[in-house]
Amino acid sequence: MVNRKVTIYSTPSCPFCMMTKRFMKENNIDFEDIDVSTDQAKAQEMVQKSGRMAVPIVDIDGEIIVGFDKGRIRKALGL
Amino acid sequence: MMFDLIIIGAGPAGITASVYAARKKMGLLVITKNIGGQAAWSGDIENYTGYQFITGPELAGKFEEHMRKYGIELKENEQVLELKRKDEGVWVKTDKGTHEAKTAVIASGKRSRELGVPGEVEFKNRGLTYCATCDAPLFGGKDVAVIGGGNSALDATLQLIRIAKHIYLINITSALTGDAVMREKVNESKKVSILNSARVTTVLGDRMVNGIKIKREDREETLPVEGVFVEIGLIPNSEFAKELERNGLGEIKVNSYNETSIPGIFAAGDVTDVPEKQIIVAAGEGAKAALSAFRYLAQQK
Repeated sequence: MVNRKVTIYSTPSCPFCMMTKRFMKENNIDFEDIDVSTDQAKAQEMVQKSGRMAVPIVDIDGEIIVGFDKGRIRKALGL
Repeated sequence: MMFDLIIIGAGPAGITASVYAARKKMGLLVITKNIGGQAAWSGDIENYTGYQFITGPELAGKFEEHMRKYGIELKENEQVLELKRKDEGVWVKTDKGTHEAKTAVIASGKRSRELGVPGEVEFKNRGLTYCATCDAPLFGGKDVAVIGGGNSALDATLQLIRIAKHIYLINITSALTGDAVMREKVNESKKVSILNSARVTTVLGDRMVNGIKIKREDREETLPVEGVFVEIGLIPNSEFAKELERNGLGEIKVNSYNETSIPGIFAAGDVTDVPEKQIIVAAGEGAKAALSAFRYLAQQK
């Protein structure tokens, strides 16, 4: 499997963020988890990248996915 | 292929129904938009027996594991558009195809009610959200509006008091409903302006939300806010079941055996008029519905 760079922008209380991270773990995908509730600069970066004020935002090699969209995440990861 | 049973929905009710039906060796198909339903986006759960504390996503994960153990045929990310009685069975049309079975259990749950005003669709996830638990932390130091006056609106407001600069609570009725304890906390906060008898008419913005228009006593005003939290309750996902008797809220009417107005079609959980919308109630109702479907089939033979 090709190694992809995966970043998840999340907040601690967000159920869909937890589900997204759980999905990555189940599929043995390494990811960087950024808590945008404590990091204003990263929150800005997320809004810039995605044009959205919502979490989770998943960045897979530059492809931006809004929400826990299992189908798109699978595709982007080549699962 | 003709299944014994089609289950629509895979929240607590649908998943429990699928486990019971699988253990009765029924030929089974589960069709669902997502797995876990509302349980998956609940926060902390402290009243599901056996778990003194578990989060919504974790409990939903346990449910999913339990269902998958039985190797049930599952159509995920598929939406049911129509369900009707056909010959001696049921016919289901989805956004991906059609399916037939001898019986059905509808466990399609509820979804967030929408405002239905201009700007709502355009600015969804661009400042407008239906998930305060998820997105509230993004609005640190900003002015926001919470729409609603019940428990979920009060809950969102209380979360935002710790985060946002100022909160306008836009309530369509003349006084807040919701629990007294939460009402008191909201009333005490200097950060909250409660606007009763007010309704949102437009969500404004360019790239992101930058305001809302509201109407109060026939006067229109604009509030400059960057966040809009819509918390005006839930509506049942029952539109596809037009042939079934429903109550004024759109909930499918069921009796204590989870029978609907059409023989062979059963329903369970939050989509029904069962009193008390709770994860444990939905799960129990799902079990009952599956067993009723099993008994119905046995009697047909």
